[in-house]
Amino acid sequence: MTAPGQPGQLAAGEPHPGMPTYLGMPSFPDAARIAVADSQLRANLTHATHTIRAKRAGAVAELADWEQLRQAAKAIKDHTLAHLDTYLLRLEENVTRAGGQVHWAQDAGEANAIVAGLVRAAGADSVVKVKSMATQETGLNEALAADGISALETDLAELIVQLGHDRPSHILVPAIHRNRAEIREIFRTEMPDAPAGLTDDPPALAAAARSHLRQAFLSAQVGVSGANFAIAETGSLVVVESEGNGRMCVTLPRTLISVVGVEKILPSWRDLEVFLALLPRSSTAERMNPYTSTWTGITPGDGPENFHLVLLDNGRTSALADPTGRQALRCIRCSACLNVCPVYERVGGHAYGSPYPGPIGAIISPQLRGIADPVDASLPFASTLCGACYEVCPVAINIPEALVHLRAKVVDAKREKNFSPERVAFTLSGRVLRSPRLLAAAQRAASASRRVVARKGRIRLLPPPLSGWTETRDAPVPPPESFRAWWARTRGNRS
Amino acid sequence: MRIGLFVTCLTDTLYPDTGRAVVAVLERLGHQVDFPAAQACCGQMHFNTGYRREAVPMARGFTAAFGGYEAVVTPSASCASMIREYYPALASEAGDAGLARAVAEVAPRTYELSVFLADVLGVTDVGAYFPHKVTYHPTCHGLRMLKVGDAPLRLLRAVRGLNLTDLPDAEACCGFGGTFAVKNAEVSAAICADKVAAVRQSGAEVLCAADNSCLMHIGGALQRQRSGVAVMHLAEILARTEETR
Amino acid sequence: MSTSARDRILSRIRTANRAAGQVAPADADAAYAALSREYLRAHHDAGTNDITGLFAERAADYRAVVERVPESGLPAGIARVLAGRAAAASGSFVIPDGLPGEWLAGLPAGITLARDEPPLPPAELDQLAGVVTGCAVAIAETGTIILDHGPAQGRRALTLVPDFHLVVVQASQVAADLADAFGRLDPGRPHTLISGPSATSDIELIRVEGVHGPRNLHVLIAEA
Repeated sequence: MTAPGQPGQLAAGEPHPGMPTYLGMPSFPDAARIAVADSQLRANLTHATHTIRAKRAGAVAELADWEQLRQAAKAIKDHTLAHLDTYLLRLEENVTRAGGQVHWAQDAGEANAIVAGLVRAAGADSVVKVKSMATQETGLNEALAADGISALETDLAELIVQLGHDRPSHILVPAIHRNRAEIREIFRTEMPDAPAGLTDDPPALAAAARSHLRQAFLSAQVGVSGANFAIAETGSLVVVESEGNGRMCVTLPRTLISVVGVEKILPSWRDLEVFLALLPRSSTAERMNPYTSTWTGITPGDGPENFHLVLLDNGRTSALADPTGRQALRCIRCSACLNVCPVYERVGGHAYGSPYPGPIGAIISPQLRGIADPVDASLPFASTLCGACYEVCPVAINIPEALVHLRAKVVDAKREKNFSPERVAFTLSGRVLRSPRLLAAAQRAASASRRVVARKGRIRLLPPPLSGWTETRDAPVPPPESFRAWWARTRGNRS
Repeated sequence: MRIGLFVTCLTDTLYPDTGRAVVAVLERLGHQVDFPAAQACCGQMHFNTGYRREAVPMARGFTAAFGGYEAVVTPSASCASMIREYYPALASEAGDAGLARAVAEVAPRTYELSVFLADVLGVTDVGAYFPHKVTYHPTCHGLRMLKVGDAPLRLLRAVRGLNLTDLPDAEACCGFGGTFAVKNAEVSAAICADKVAAVRQSGAEVLCAADNSCLMHIGGALQRQRSGVAVMHLAEILARTEETR
Repeated sequence: MSTSARDRILSRIRTANRAAGQVAPADADAAYAALSREYLRAHHDAGTNDITGLFAERAADYRAVVERVPESGLPAGIARVLAGRAAAASGSFVIPDGLPGEWLAGLPAGITLARDEPPLPPAELDQLAGVVTGCAVAIAETGTIILDHGPAQGRRALTLVPDFHLVVVQASQVAADLADAFGRLDPGRPHTLISGPSATSDIELIRVEGVHGPRNLHVLIAEA
């Protein structure tokens, strides 16, 4: 059953054609600078993330064995990745046996072409979609539109984003950057059948979305989904959701197409007892999400008559080749790391220039897309390394470790290239900081300068690049003598 | 116990009072403290910014300076976690077996000050006296990487005269993040603004932490706002006695 | 095209795993069986806890309407609940194959029933007053009802499109926790896990009930 494999051509660090950075996006520091000045955005994000943080902590604290569940999930995912070829073949075999068809896509272009071909073959010119990160990543909606096929997003937040001609800014809640008043305004101006007198009461907004999408669900010919999990042992797919739009999309259309990253696979059915304990509590802070659908191929008389599974690589095998970076492939897209991140909380998701924002995005995007683009090269630096993300991650992805690892990749990739003032600074400071003699000399120079650099005992202005610091913070004034100098003067004979 | 003090380059250069305070506290408890002059920087800033190659000689310098001590004590959870958590990977990545052996020997004996006092020595009352209202910021690397737990709080609670007050949302990051504060200065400042507001809301006269890097950051903002709140490293509070005030 | 994409992806995976130093043992299944699972099989011991009560409490947390009735009182309970719904909504109640006839023994006049034979098109399902089903399994820990769309449950659309779902859970169907529940299921069947009425957290991360799935979920727990 082993395919006659050619030697794979791994090109870590090279850009992948698969997931284009959002066109025209500035790199993280520039995008973040603009975002952080948007007070409405800040208020919306602070409100939403603080609401969910406390609830998540409560939902997690309820399970005495949370850490054991987390370690089991990590072990299952690591095991699966180490045997990924075996499990993918097993999945393919079982999906096929159950009446489904399996397609393989190396990148976004191949995946989108497969989906477009299947839609046309079904004789349809529109699809209903349940929120899926994989198809956000491949830019499926835009690709289908170019082929004359319209894609209707049915998740409430995705609908808000689509109606608002906007981009998603959160993995779970793509419209987290919008508050209820803004959502009401988008519905009033962009939803032709919005009820008159629509208020900004969340239940009223949800009801408006229900009636807006009802007819589309009932008449849909093709549904497009992703999957949270794909079970190799049985060929089953699992979609976790809340609203029932997922159930609609995977049940009512005659044809169902699921685009699934190769890392979404789990070995066996029983693994759901681990992952369905971890995912809802981590993402929406619920004991269980309202609806989870599982299906295995085709069930005569119940649901779609045609089922297609598109397995997507799109850079995942590049990440898999990185001993430190591959842990990002354990991700189950819960978004707990976004909700606790101090950086995400201040800048929101758009600044990350990718469908995958926040801490996990900062390690996924540069691995899937490579680090050649300045946006991707800036992402590993978009973190204070505070570690809150790692602490809440239900599959124990050590995001800070992966971030500093990717930072080194970015730095090393630039070493051979042109002049960089930063590299000069780090090379020189490295020489000083590893040499006690040079460090002592630098300290003497700093102490000697203290009366020159400080005004009234304070430093309020430093030259670039340190001016960013002194914009809002005083800098420390060097002391009259360093600790080292004090020790040598008072106790020098002792060491 | 023969203790090697790893003072850290930041404290050495900018906050010598903290180093003197560590010496005072350890000597008051009857220990012999050495300052090996061969020490310099642990390399964390270089490592965390992606300049791993440049960090390797610093790791070599650290292990050479501190081999042979029963314990190495440092007033920085951040530097301690660099040594304990990242030196092994750095050594193996550099393919330096000698460094890996040296790290395996010295890293497990390298302690952050509060952990050393409260957990290794088992002392929480170090004889300090500090009659002020103090609030405590648990720094991220201490809290989540090194997992110092409540060691600093146990030490502060044992200080005579000290009025310890809660810091709202204490476990939130201050936004420093090393070179993050320069590379993403606006975001760093926005995070810091919330921390400063929390410190001011606590009503404390003094903000205490066990890491001068975070204190440099929060303290710089407190000073810019002329808040009147002082920042002090934990060691400096623990060094105060009735005699020294 | 597809075949070669498949081969290239599989080849890249093997190369990547070698590059990352992951020399996997030849027998994936043996390695899988050896994985450590130290988590609890159940968070509440069925021997010392009222598992049915826990299920009732937790299903109600999602704002489902939950009632515990004795087995003998089930027909009367169903009649009462359907009468209440009929007062608020027009249309028939659809009844899946295999629903025990005695459950519907006490229905008052004016309640009309519909069968899914031939299968009702979605637009007709949308006009119904509601649906009455049993279930396959329930999970006490999470307050979840699991349908496997077998007898007494109907195909998936039946419990999806109508805006009212009355589901009967028998106490013996309540598993303490996820592990027991998943062990009772046949993975080859389609499943729907239901934890409360349809809901969303998409506006400001606050949960509100009532989107596309049934907005009204009524649970009758039948106890012997």
